[in-house]
Amino acid sequence: MTATLEWSWSLLLALVGLGLITLLTRGFFLLPDREWPLPAWLRQGLRYAPLAALTAVVAPEVVLTQGQWVATLQDARLYAAAAAALFYAWQRSILGTIVVGMAVMLALRLGLGW
Amino acid sequence: MEGASARWRDPAFRRGVQDMVGPAMGIAAWGLVTGVAMVKSGMSVSIALATSLLVFAGSAQLATLPLLAGGAPLWVVWATAACVNLRFVILGTQWRPYFGHLPRARRLRLAYFAADLNFVLFMKRYPRPEPAPGQEAYFWGGAALNYPAWQLSSVAGILLGDRVPTEWGLGFAGVLVLIGLIGSMLNTRSTWVAAAVAAVTAVLSYGLPYKLNIVLAIAAAVLVGVAMDHRTPAGAATADDRT
Repeated sequence: MTATLEWSWSLLLALVGLGLITLLTRGFFLLPDREWPLPAWLRQGLRYAPLAALTAVVAPEVVLTQGQWVATLQDARLYAAAAAALFYAWQRSILGTIVVGMAVMLALRLGLGW
Repeated sequence: MEGASARWRDPAFRRGVQDMVGPAMGIAAWGLVTGVAMVKSGMSVSIALATSLLVFAGSAQLATLPLLAGGAPLWVVWATAACVNLRFVILGTQWRPYFGHLPRARRLRLAYFAADLNFVLFMKRYPRPEPAPGQEAYFWGGAALNYPAWQLSSVAGILLGDRVPTEWGLGFAGVLVLIGLIGSMLNTRSTWVAAAVAAVTAVLSYGLPYKLNIVLAIAAAVLVGVAMDHRTPAGAATADDRT
């Protein structure tokens, strides 16, 4: 499904950068010595950006294989993702969502060999 | 950190620890899944351990996983993580009244450990946005449990994931977590539309080089969401997230 990641300088740089992003986003309004007002346009954009980023990452992971549409309906990912989404809509529990999704995944992968 | 034993005796610190006990269970389960997902998405054990210790932001770790594995350029990886983490920027405006007066080095330490659950518990305990005695101790009490709960469970997940066959598809657990998080943010019509725009754009433009489909999808979804807000001034959509 995915390539193996190897240690490299660029990977190390990526991880250090990600750590800095954690620090800088959490401290964005806490670190400056004077208080910054949050502009209205930024506040509005901020509302959608996390949702947009997560959805943009997740959608291709569910419906594409190597950049192509899933060729078969016997793909465990489709049913695991659908079961997870339905369970979340019903119970609104992230923990339960993982358990249900993985149960479907394992049943189809190990039981039916999909 | 000065006088660890004095800290442990501080009642506010202990209260911070106690309040975190229940939530830490959920954090630990999530850390376990994140650890497994990292290893089963192609990270070696050492890379996964370094990621967990350095990045310390579950949703950003999971969201950047397919990008790192797919060889996306650094700036796309960072831009995606920054977008996922933008909720912390908003939370930061609310930390400021409590901790804004402290020396910067102390604010820096606080900021790195200011995860979602610390925020939720702290705001419940101190609803009035003003400095009060015990606040810092309370914060560190929660962090003293939250951080190891996340890291140790991540390490356990990484070691466990290393022993589970890849064919089981446990790497997909990361996507399942993200599906739950997306669900928690879908609370108005404009958020649904923005998510649909992001999903369709990301899939249809997948052929773009350097994973630019992610950047394009984020831009399109944010624009559509903001445009919808301008047409219908609805209630604020808030991100309800856990890491």
